Amino acid sequence: MKNAIISAITALSIGFGASAAVAAGGGGKLLDHDFKFEGAFGTFDQGALQRGFQVYREVCAACHGMKFVSFRTLSDKNGPGLSTEAVKAIAAEYEVADEEGEPGDTRPGKPFDYFPTPLAEGNPPDFSLLAKARANGPHYIYSTLLGYTGEEKESGDSLLYENTAYGGYFSMAQPIDEGYVTYTDGSPETLEQYAADISEFLMWAAEPKMVERKQAGVWSFMFLILFSVLVWFTNKKVWHSVKHPD
Amino acid sequence: MGTIPQEHYEPKSDSAKWIESRLPVLGLIDHLRNFPTPKNLNYAYVFGGILVLFLVIQIVTGIVLAMHYQVGEYAAFASVEHIMRDVNYGWLLRYAHANGASFFFIAVYAHIFRGLYYGSYKAPREILWIIGVLIFVAMMATAFMGYVLPWGQMSFWGAKVITSLFGAIPLVGESLQTWLWGGPFVGDATLNRMFSLHYLLPFVIAGLTVLHIWALHHVGNTNPTGVEVRKESLETVKKDTVPFTPFYVTKDLFAILVFLTIYAVFVYFAPNYLGHPDNYVEANSLVTPSHIVPEWYFLPFYAILRAITFDLFWIIPAKLGGVIAMFGAIAVLAFIPWLDTSNVRSTRFRPIYRWWFLVLVIDFFVLMWAGAQPAEGIVPMVSLIGTIYWFAHFLIVLPVVGLIEKPLDRPESIEADFAAKHPHEPASGTPAAATQPAE
Repeated sequence: MKNAIISAITALSIGFGASAAVAAGGGGKLLDHDFKFEGAFGTFDQGALQRGFQVYREVCAACHGMKFVSFRTLSDKNGPGLSTEAVKAIAAEYEVADEEGEPGDTRPGKPFDYFPTPLAEGNPPDFSLLAKARANGPHYIYSTLLGYTGEEKESGDSLLYENTAYGGYFSMAQPIDEGYVTYTDGSPETLEQYAADISEFLMWAAEPKMVERKQAGVWSFMFLILFSVLVWFTNKKVWHSVKHPD
Repeated sequence: MGTIPQEHYEPKSDSAKWIESRLPVLGLIDHLRNFPTPKNLNYAYVFGGILVLFLVIQIVTGIVLAMHYQVGEYAAFASVEHIMRDVNYGWLLRYAHANGASFFFIAVYAHIFRGLYYGSYKAPREILWIIGVLIFVAMMATAFMGYVLPWGQMSFWGAKVITSLFGAIPLVGESLQTWLWGGPFVGDATLNRMFSLHYLLPFVIAGLTVLHIWALHHVGNTNPTGVEVRKESLETVKKDTVPFTPFYVTKDLFAILVFLTIYAVFVYFAPNYLGHPDNYVEANSLVTPSHIVPEWYFLPFYAILRAITFDLFWIIPAKLGGVIAMFGAIAVLAFIPWLDTSNVRSTRFRPIYRWWFLVLVIDFFVLMWAGAQPAEGIVPMVSLIGTIYWFAHFLIVLPVVGLIEKPLDRPESIEADFAAKHPHEPASGTPAAATQPAE
């Protein structure tokens, strides 16, 4: 029974994943990657989240903010799971608006602050929800980082770069390549690894309660199935005298 | 209370007598509890109960969401993220509410098509049916305004496209549009009124639902045979019906649990599957999404709106034509009781109409598909054909088929229909009953 439920859930979630991939089509081509968080029982890989955060901090954060993600959530046990001290230190690296000072004043960040927006709001896009704001988000992010063809073209006074995931030219030059970020856990320092890690991290940033949600879902599902079966037999018993009056 | 004879409630204890003589609420509860319900209802009849449950789910989750949501063009989007990230089980509330809207519509479409198939709109149930159409319209308005509240890109542009439709109305259109927007553009004032009305309309729906159920309890349920409960006496009623409790309590509860299980799979494992990624991008009046699509449950009517790409009768401009067609496609439902000329209620006994009903169901899904596609290639033609059939079905097929069709023989009573399906043991029965194994 339990196996049947598990395979039913898995089948459903794979089904959803597959149709999302088709929907992502647009003009671009998405690469597939096996993320650990996929499927009904998938959870985030804490190592990948920590490495992904490192990539964000050392590369992406130069241009992309995460205005809905607070530093304190970096210590979530279903998230990157950093220590409180580490979170304090990370927060202090960022300058945030000081609402008690003069307008324009900044102060070092505290854990309850949010990742600041480094450049003009909206462009480049904020990263808080990117993984949900694109069809098949994590795969889109992964494929974008691996999708540069090297082709460029001029448009007005700026350069545009061809990307197969985007399916055309866009304004972000290839931001990262092999060896840019030095990992301390011995993971390969390849572009594929960086792309996979940042995609996983951004999925967490967009949906930090995913693990709690799926765990609650498994219990709710099993409860509803069990309750349905009990009510099915109750209903059969209730109707028996009406259907078989003799 | 209703037209179906039902055992009269007699309060027994002194306190019950005291209450009942002042406010007959105990009698009302007794009436609802024991309401004589046809014994041959099938699982197509479970959606009414499911809909009541979903109205409650939407109101309860919605009220709690409103405790944390902030209305305002600079606050709304961030407050939704606050709900998702910081409010205890906020993610569950929001996903339950957003997917709850979808499942509310799945149930209401099933309920409407069940009504169409079994002729639930025919006399004496015209008012019951029309109240149902009003509930459907109120649901669509509520869902539309609710989708605006997160103030994402699709919220904003959806609101802009739909409210701009009113601008197509001659003479008063532009003033009407400004009045709806609360200003010269879709902005803070628009969002505020959408929130206010989104909170109000569910209670209007609840009120209409009370009327809907009142009308239902006055005339009684239909059933798959379309043959009425014999109302001559309590005895004949008892032969055709069972009391609602416990028989339909357990049956409806089973159906509700199955429906909730599918709902739970979406809420917990694919909460954004029915949504649109663009709505996770904050509203921006300067960036138009490449493809503006409404939620899936509006797609058939959105397809009808876009189907009219030419001026109608030389005087009605295409845009106004589309608006008229879209609202007309819903309004025509209210006239069905008088458009159906057949003297048979249930499509089960209508050999010709049955096929046309199937075409209508297919037409509904074709329109839904067309509404989701960019309006290019064959899509406008498909939408137009689908739209023409939608109207032709109700305005031509329904009246004409009723006149030319020779209906099949109907069972003489619900009791007979039920007995044929659940034959007694051989001792009591006919040869036919003897050859069929008992269930």
